[in-house]
Amino acid sequence: MPKLKKEKLLDMYRKMVRIRKFETRVEELHVQGILPGLKHLYIGEEAVAVGVASCLREDDYIGSTHRGHGHLIAKGGDVKLMMAELYGKKTGYCKGKGGSMHIADINIGILGANGIVAANIPIVGGAALSIKLRGTDQVAVSFFGDGGANEGIFHEGLNLASVWKLPAVFVCENNQYAISTSQSTTCAVAKIADRASSYGMPGFTVDGTDVLSVYEVTSKAVARARKGEGPTLIECRTYRFKGHYAGEGSRELTYRSQEEVEKWQKMCPVKRFKSYLVKEGIFTESFLEDIDHQIGEEIEEAVRFAEGSPYPLPEDALEDLFVEEM
Amino acid sequence: MREITYGEAACEAISEEMEKDNRIFYMGEDVGRFGGAYGTTKGLWEMFGDERVKDTPMSEAAIIGFALGAAITGMRPIAEIMFCDLLCLAMDQIVNQVAKIHYMFGGKVKVPLVIRVPFGGLRRAAAQHSQHLEAWFLHTPGLKIVVPSTPYDVKGLLKAAIRENNPVMCFEHILLYQTKGRVPEGEYTVPIGKADVKREGKDITVISYSFMLHRCLSVAEKLYKEGIDVEVIDLRSLYPLDMETVIASVKKTNKVAIVHQASLTGGVGAEVGMRITEAAFDYLDAPVKRICARDVPVPFSPVLEDFVVPTEERIEEEIKKMV
Repeated sequence: MPKLKKEKLLDMYRKMVRIRKFETRVEELHVQGILPGLKHLYIGEEAVAVGVASCLREDDYIGSTHRGHGHLIAKGGDVKLMMAELYGKKTGYCKGKGGSMHIADINIGILGANGIVAANIPIVGGAALSIKLRGTDQVAVSFFGDGGANEGIFHEGLNLASVWKLPAVFVCENNQYAISTSQSTTCAVAKIADRASSYGMPGFTVDGTDVLSVYEVTSKAVARARKGEGPTLIECRTYRFKGHYAGEGSRELTYRSQEEVEKWQKMCPVKRFKSYLVKEGIFTESFLEDIDHQIGEEIEEAVRFAEGSPYPLPEDALEDLFVEEM
Repeated sequence: MREITYGEAACEAISEEMEKDNRIFYMGEDVGRFGGAYGTTKGLWEMFGDERVKDTPMSEAAIIGFALGAAITGMRPIAEIMFCDLLCLAMDQIVNQVAKIHYMFGGKVKVPLVIRVPFGGLRRAAAQHSQHLEAWFLHTPGLKIVVPSTPYDVKGLLKAAIRENNPVMCFEHILLYQTKGRVPEGEYTVPIGKADVKREGKDITVISYSFMLHRCLSVAEKLYKEGIDVEVIDLRSLYPLDMETVIASVKKTNKVAIVHQASLTGGVGAEVGMRITEAAFDYLDAPVKRICARDVPVPFSPVLEDFVVPTEERIEEEIKKMV
């Protein structure tokens, strides 16, 4: 296990709890019919986003997915602006134009969530190309799922990033189901990381429920990218505790069993990390419970901010099609 | 004034801009040493090297996606897709990503990206190397589209496109690359969204762009000798469409035909024609006419292709029916 400072561990813990509580609240608001539209919850996968993003600097880039809330929070996204966006309010990250699947914050390197599976792979590749051309030591990270690894752009993107030796890290969050279809029936290799060899880059499979394991593997890949040695493919084995979308309900039992869900819930990444921190004597349980409480308050404040914010004017829909400065 | 080819004018636009701004780089298939399949980048690699003139794998979606990623992180890429038909391989990146990112992210991310697209037809290249798909992108909010027909315009419009902080697609006809025209030595741009009245006339307005414009001009010269005075408008940009110039002309001539090499149904002609009907119905003495490729895939045999794509004879015949 990597030796990490207490502040770093606490920051990681906070982010994992922030994701869990944000998503739990989003689910409640969805069930109450308050939030419009589609939401894909990240509950159960927190260790991946936090393990990866904890290896990054603010000026590094990430490209996210339709299931993006966790990545954004882990990279430092503002939960108030995120929540307001989910409400469709003018104060949201995208002024209500994007919603759950299209949040970006370019100032902290978030190149955007993306509603099209695997579509951020070449965009992140392009950010890595930009880094190389500008001569900085930034790194660009693409998140995608096991479903995304079967899109053609996965092949085009990883190949080109490797050919040009770009400072990129490709993180496959293998939560084992592309909506309802099991990876075991759609992927010709048992480990998605094995595909790395086709692109002349290292590939690793890691326990995606253990934030420190994810951190350890990613930190090496990030160091390699920063040194100009090229990209890495990391497969994080994880599981989404909820359905593909918020509100999937009992349909999830058409493709996976209750026993399977419960088995993975026993490996809850947030609980695992919390008990590690307590067991190792790094923090006391009551200290971490205070943290949990503070973050719960933070999320409630985000909800209040969103609820108190104005909607955009209908005709605001016609703004922002182009930059108008020419 | 000196005369240079359309291809040379395009390369000049790019090299001049690249010299001024080192954020600009070029990527596409066979654009380096080879100089582009049609000479689209002739001489650029010699000037700027591998770093800024990048040969890519045959990965069209990656070409656009990587260019987009670079565009939103401080660079100003020019991406080339070798044939219009191959845009189909990059449609997600163009339609779902490039066109939408600025809007979808609330106007907070700029996309300074030029997509250069040679299109052809009349080269006996058959159904998968002859298409004119520009209307698809006109139907996609978030993209600017230019379709230069002369060396002067391709240089000026490409320069304007490169300086834009918005995505611009530039469709260039392969048969135009070797055509010559006057291009001044000095600095200039052609504004995106401005049509050009190529020939003034009083009897009918003929609207076209790119290669077909030249057929229209040739027909107009011929008809003038026969006493029919045709006004010819080169749209030059499809988005934004310069309807002001078009409507002013229609109000003068009261008749209008739209000519393009793309197939008829759902084409640019349908949009322009409908806008004329909305804005100047009372000025029309005849229904708006579209003279376009027939609605079939482009066939190989010269006999078949020349039946499908508008010929000068067909354009002439249709105009004569109207006046």
